[in-house]
Amino acid sequence: MIWLTWRQLRAQAATAALAVAAIGVVAVLTGPRIADLARRTTNVFDALTSTERTLHVAGIAVLAVAPALAGAFWGAPLLARELETGTHRLAWSQSVTRARWLGTKLGLTVASGAVAIGLMSLAITWWAAPVDGVAGSTRGALPGRLTPISFAMRGVAPVGYAVFAVVLGATLGAVLRRTLPAMAVTLALYVVVQIAVPLWIRPHLAPPVTTTVTVSTSTLDGISIDPDGRNPVISTHTPDRGDWILTDETVDRSGRAATLPGWFTACLPSPDVVPASTSRQAEAASPDACFGRLADAGYRQHVAYQPAHRFWQLQWTETAFFLALSALLAAGCFWWIRPPQR
Amino acid sequence: MTAVLATRSLGRRYGRRWALRDCTLAVPAGRVTGLVGPNGAGKSTLLNLATGILTPSAGSVEVCGAPPARDPAQLAKVGFVAQDTPVYAGLTVEEHLRLGARLNPRWDAAAARRRLDRLGLDTRQRAGKLSGGQRAQLALTLGLAKRPELLLLDEPVASLDPLARREFLQVLMEAVAEGDLSVVLSSHVVSDLERVCDHLIVLVDSQVGVAGDVDVLLDTHHRLVGPRRAAHPLPRDQHVVGASHTDRQSTLVVRAPAGIADPAWTVSRLSLEDLVLAYLTPPAQGRPAAPLETVR
Repeated sequence: MIWLTWRQLRAQAATAALAVAAIGVVAVLTGPRIADLARRTTNVFDALTSTERTLHVAGIAVLAVAPALAGAFWGAPLLARELETGTHRLAWSQSVTRARWLGTKLGLTVASGAVAIGLMSLAITWWAAPVDGVAGSTRGALPGRLTPISFAMRGVAPVGYAVFAVVLGATLGAVLRRTLPAMAVTLALYVVVQIAVPLWIRPHLAPPVTTTVTVSTSTLDGISIDPDGRNPVISTHTPDRGDWILTDETVDRSGRAATLPGWFTACLPSPDVVPASTSRQAEAASPDACFGRLADAGYRQHVAYQPAHRFWQLQWTETAFFLALSALLAAGCFWWIRPPQR
Repeated sequence: MTAVLATRSLGRRYGRRWALRDCTLAVPAGRVTGLVGPNGAGKSTLLNLATGILTPSAGSVEVCGAPPARDPAQLAKVGFVAQDTPVYAGLTVEEHLRLGARLNPRWDAAAARRRLDRLGLDTRQRAGKLSGGQRAQLALTLGLAKRPELLLLDEPVASLDPLARREFLQVLMEAVAEGDLSVVLSSHVVSDLERVCDHLIVLVDSQVGVAGDVDVLLDTHHRLVGPRRAAHPLPRDQHVVGASHTDRQSTLVVRAPAGIADPAWTVSRLSLEDLVLAYLTPPAQGRPAAPLETVR
């Protein structure tokens, strides 16, 4: 059964091996310069070439897409193609129980997918480690490894996603019995999961840390204001730039969520005005006075976040979550494909 | 009679539609049994239930004395050539032999190779490139080389041209002659079965219309032609299977184990095809209320 599974998996395995090799080559060729930069330069971001910045984004994109492809092109056809072309009747009339047939097929395919995507993640995580989350001296930054943009494309999380995608594809294929619909539904569901997890599940994998921040130029991340100059909203950051901010809301003296007072917008310097042209404007141009007034009035920012040092804890928890989900799905798949009872 | 395949009130439902319902039959061991019936009679469903590929919705089925597909040993006893003779299109003929060798404990590699050599199949060819006849031969070779006690074939020759049909059935007959093998072969074409089967089961709407050895069936069924009259009264041991009437004369197909004594009838022998057709034709007037029992 192992031989037959390998024979059927051969083409996909070769494709994956090629992709892993290509990623490995690019990482080995371009990685050392980045590691070297990080060791010698204080501001790595400014020293990066545009190619290197593009590669950083490409690395995230590759690991975002690879598990989805594994699910659609390895998982979905695994059972659907057999059921669609009727070859399951040939396979099931050999002297091999259906559980062993399914176990070998699913096991080897899942393992191959996990290894291939694990190796990709290893190369990309190593390559990106020195530059994840670096910010430019003036503007621009690369997303940190804990942010939703790249968390699932670093470390071990991609392995959990790959296992889940392949099992999801196989199970949908068994139920739908058609390759193309199984591939489409696998992709759609996978995208839904990838959106849902960072929104609703990952923030709760560990209880978030909450803190109260006084707004100042050192804690300010930005202020957004409606075009008509109303509804200013402040966002702040915690001391470690790598923290993942979950909620950031203004509270008043009593600790209840509040909107900023009406005078705040008027107090702020207009971004259009060249500062320090007159003394009055110079006074208004310094936001520190406004922040001081805000603090005196009792306004604070209430921040809930996942601290940067929890990266690996969250990685393993999320991977375990997906492995458990995959195990449940696989059990459902075995149940669906089960032979006659008695 | 030891049954190599036996069902009791076997049924399989798809949603609200029964593909097979309340089917009770027994297939004798050591025979080549033809399972004949119109499309939709449930032949394929029955065979897929017998191999354990499908799960019964009702009743039970046993092959070689045990429920199908229970364990590898039980799986090894039953060979199956499914409808449309599925093979892996991307695998070569050679790889199919390897597949069979790896997945079956009693695999007869030498016989499989001999059979394919004689058919002149290029073993390096991909199965997807084979003609329908060659593909059917490959599927049959896989089924036979497994050396099962019971080989089930689901409409194996339905899509083959007459020459490929003849070759396929010839290979099958040779294999039967060589070994101790029971065969069940389903078809909706009686002429295919006539050549190879020594036992026949006619399936009409999931029910056994008639079952028995081909010789016995032919000896106990008669065509009666006589002046027009109602089928009644006939002796108690005679049953009208089918009847047709013109203005002046009646033609009856009658099952009469003891023969026909009434001199008013001109009695002639039926062909197997006519016999089967009589059972497949919807009940006409004069047909008694379904005395569906097995002829022994």
